[in-house]
Formats: sequence, C-alpha cells, structure tokens
Amino acid sequence: MSLFEYTLRELQEKLHNKEITVTELVDESYKRIGEVEDQVKAFLTLNEEAARAQAAALDEERGSAKAKLFGLPIGVKDNIVTKGLRTTAASQFLDNFEDPLYDATVVKKLSDAKSVTIGKLNMDEFAMGSSNENSSYFATRNPWNTEYVPGGSSGGSAAAVAAGEVPYSLGSDTGGSIRQPAAYCGVVGLKPTYGRVSRFGLIAFASSLDQIGPITRNVEDNAFLLETISGHDPMDSTSANVEVPNFTDALTGDVKGLKIAVPKEYLSEGVTPEVKEAVQSALKQYEELGATWEEVSLPHSKYALSTYYLLASSEASANLARFDGVRYGRRTENAETMLDMFKRSRAEGFGDEVKRRIMLGTFALSSGYYDAYYKKAQQVRTLIKNDFDKVFENYDVIIGPTTPTPAFKVGEKSDDPLTMYANDILTIPVNLAGVPGISIPCGFSNEGLPIGLQIIGKHFDEQMVYRAAHAFEQATDFHKQRPSLGGAQS
Amino acid sequence: MSRISKEEVVHVAHLARLAISEDEADMFTKQLDDIITYAEQLNELDTEGVEPTTHVLDLKNVLRKDEPKNWISKDEALKNAPKQQDGQFKVPSVLE
Repeated sequence: MSLFEYTLRELQEKLHNKEITVTELVDESYKRIGEVEDQVKAFLTLNEEAARAQAAALDEERGSAKAKLFGLPIGVKDNIVTKGLRTTAASQFLDNFEDPLYDATVVKKLSDAKSVTIGKLNMDEFAMGSSNENSSYFATRNPWNTEYVPGGSSGGSAAAVAAGEVPYSLGSDTGGSIRQPAAYCGVVGLKPTYGRVSRFGLIAFASSLDQIGPITRNVEDNAFLLETISGHDPMDSTSANVEVPNFTDALTGDVKGLKIAVPKEYLSEGVTPEVKEAVQSALKQYEELGATWEEVSLPHSKYALSTYYLLASSEASANLARFDGVRYGRRTENAETMLDMFKRSRAEGFGDEVKRRIMLGTFALSSGYYDAYYKKAQQVRTLIKNDFDKVFENYDVIIGPTTPTPAFKVGEKSDDPLTMYANDILTIPVNLAGVPGISIPCGFSNEGLPIGLQIIGKHFDEQMVYRAAHAFEQATDFHKQRPSLGGAQS
Repeated sequence: MSRISKEEVVHVAHLARLAISEDEADMFTKQLDDIITYAEQLNELDTEGVEPTTHVLDLKNVLRKDEPKNWISKDEALKNAPKQQDGQFKVPSVLE
C-alpha cells in the first residue's frame, strides 16, 4: 500500500511518531513518478535535487517541528511562480524562464508550512483549455484510461494526485480548471471564494475570475490545505481581508437539516444519462443523511458561457500584453524593428488557443465594440450573480454535476473550440459569481471513468461546502477507488 | 452574415501585437466569427439599467502607503532577459 493512501494528518502523525521519515515520503513520490510518469505525463519540471536536500534537512529537525504541512510532498501547477524553479505556464513563450526570482504568496505559505515541492505540473497553456491538449509540451493523460483527457487546465495537478505521484497539489480555476479535471480524474478539487486565496505570483489569465485552490484525494486533506494557503495578502489588492476559519472543524459528518438547491438548468439536455443518474443517487444519499433538496432555477445559466468567453478573453488580452520578449521569455531572432520584435516574439511564443483568446479579447475591447460585447457581458454577469444570491437566500448549498459528461478521448474535440468550451458550462457560472465550489467523486461511467459532483456555497462559506462534501464522502466509497492506468501507452 | 471580416482580424492582430500569416488570418476569421455569433445570444437579454459587475466582492479603495521596498537587484532583474548590454535590456533600435 502506498504511503499516500493515508490522509495528510495521518502522514504527519507517522512522521511525528518516527514511523516514517520525510525522505521516505519524498522517495515514495519520485518512485511513483518513475513508475507511471511515462504514461501520465503530469510533470513539466521536477525539483528532485532540491526536494531531496530539503527532506534530509527536515529529517534533521524533526520532533521539534510543528509546521502545518511539515514534510508533505506537493506538486504545483506551472502557472504559479516558484523562486529558482522553472515556471513556464506550459507555454513556449516561457520555455527558458528558469527563475521567476520570487515565490507566489501561496508558495511562500507552503514553504513556511514546510511542505516539499516535488515539481511543476502540466496544464493548458496559460490556463486556457479544458483538456490539457493545449499544453505546448505534451498532453497529460487520464490515469483511469490513458486514451482519455485528464481535463484542463489543471490536468497535470489532478492526474498527478489521481495516479498517486503526490498526495496533494495546487491548481488554478478561472472557469472550472480545478473542478473539471478533478471530476475527470476522480479526485477532490475546490475553487475557493474569489479573494480567499492570494493571486500574487499566479500568472494571470483573467484577473477577476482566477483563483488558486487545492486538489486532493479526500475532503479532509482539501480543507487542511486550504487553511494553509488562505488569507489576506497586501500584495494582491483583490485579496479579501476576512478571517480564515478552521475548515477541518466543519467536517462533522452531519448534514441533518441541510437545505440543498438543485438547479434544473444543471440537469438539462447535454448532461448525459449516466451523469444525471450519479447526481440523482447522490441526492438520495443526502436524503438518507437527513438533508432535504428542492429544484430551483438559475435562469441566466445559459448565458454564462458567452459571458465568460467575452470577459475572460478581454482580461487575458490585457494580461498577456506583458509578454513582449524584453525582460524575460521568448525573443524572436528575426526582427529589425521594435514593433516587429513584439509581434514576432509573441507569434512564435504563443499557441493557437492563446492567440485566439487574445484576438477575441482585443476585438471585444476595441473601440466601437466595447459597449456591445464587454460592457454587455459585465451586465449579464450581474444577472448571473443575482441568480445565485437569490437561491442562497433560502438554501445552504447548490448541488449538481461538475461536468455534463465524463472525460472525452484525446483528440476528440480539439478541432472545435466551441464544443470544447461547452465542457465548462456547469462550472463557469460559479467563477462569474465568485462563490466557492468543490468537485468530489460521485460515481463511474459504464467505461469506468469518474463522475464528479459539484457542491457550491455562499461567498466565504467554504465550511458549509466542505461539511456537505465530507458527509457524502464518508457515506460512500467512490473516493477510495484507484485508477488502473489502463488504455493506450503512448 | 459574417460578424468579423478578414481585414478586421488583421487589424485586431496588429492591435494585439501578434504577427499572423495569411492562413492564420483565414482560420481566425472563421473561428472568431463563430464565437462572436454565439456570444450574440447575450442580445436576447434586456440589460437596460443593470450595473456591470467588475468585482464580485465590492472591495473599494484598496490603498497602501507609498513606501520604498527592496525587491530585486538590477542583476536579478536582468537575469532572465533574452538580450542585455551594459546593465540594461537590449532591444532593436527605435530610431532610424
């Protein structure tokens, strides 16, 4: 049995009681990476030498240490900057970005808590994508069946946890990029309330939507990790100055009297029968645990996808303007003028999906179209947010599927951006409203692929989300199933 | 009717500082047209008088004192530069 079958708290107890060493934990991680990485392809950069040295040093100080994540090996999505450790956002533009010079606030918090960074995880380039096929390096594969995608854009983060390469990881979620891959890979992924976790040092995609969050094998680990990375950060002016509760205290297993809302729009056409069935069984399970549920409506859900693509692309076009080939990153060899240098460096460094979104965003923000597209989308965003506020007046959580279907095959949708975008239809409204949402395993398709249950809460009510997620997890054993790494060996 | 012409795509690419080939211009014209046509479903909604949401949390006036801080050294700042000379970033000449 892998050491990573234990919860993070159990591992810490074993470390504390000297049953295991940090070096053994780090060895376990690299050993598993050695066994499965040629199939999973979750990591872009390994931090092996530094991680082993850190493990040896931590083993020396063991006993006195009370740090929250002492000695626990983690993987970090490659759009989160790490001092002295190559950070590429899976883009050729940053292929040579060997040292971002500083740590993102979340990475600083991890290092203060004495966790050990194992490596940087693959993703869709600049977090733009739903399948990991937009990585400019290689596509990560789904550990349940390597012919299928792991989801995107935190596909590397979810696959590494599912395959047992690391016990926990960090991802980022702009339109579902933590929850969708968590659902496809059968792990637990939370997008916190916007502002709960600092974005300082996260390479920005869409600043009003991006949020870093934890990906783990179970709900308790997830809550444990969120406690460490949350909190107000003066370096991020959008970070919220609110108290960070003890999230693990919320895990009582008790959901008696919990009031669940089920949006009819989240179980409409497009959601496959097996996904519907899994969600309906989950609701039955909640009834047995003493919760009640009712159907509600989020009437503007169908407009979320359009709203998201206009807003996210607009913000992306502004954020990606900083990649000019002057201070870091790619510089073309073939330019004689400054303007030509910008244009060619960007053309050579960015992949098609990134270019497409920069183009869409620049168009939506351009003179003559701003009101018709950008401002209109901001107004519809208000309507979508109001839908959530209204439902939360009467209910504790909203529950539905995380994705309309289980994972799809590699290559199946890569030629059609609009079809690809539709994968995020159930996760996007949550980002637009800024509320927290989690995906937990709730079943398997006929082909043996995981299905995710999405639980959405009020602003800053992660405790309620975790409480509901944990109670379901305790009553079921979906999270205990492990992938076979079957399928194509490419 | 197409929402965006190839000429507009070429202009937008210029504004976005992206060099694109003829083939890419054709591809983006088709793809952006599809996406924009899809996005026009927002016009079904009457948003007269609806306040645009720019930030979900209503944070206002996030201020801090303007104090000098040590960040990175000049050498560090230049460390990742693709081209540098005499302690500065080097770029093509902007004067004829």
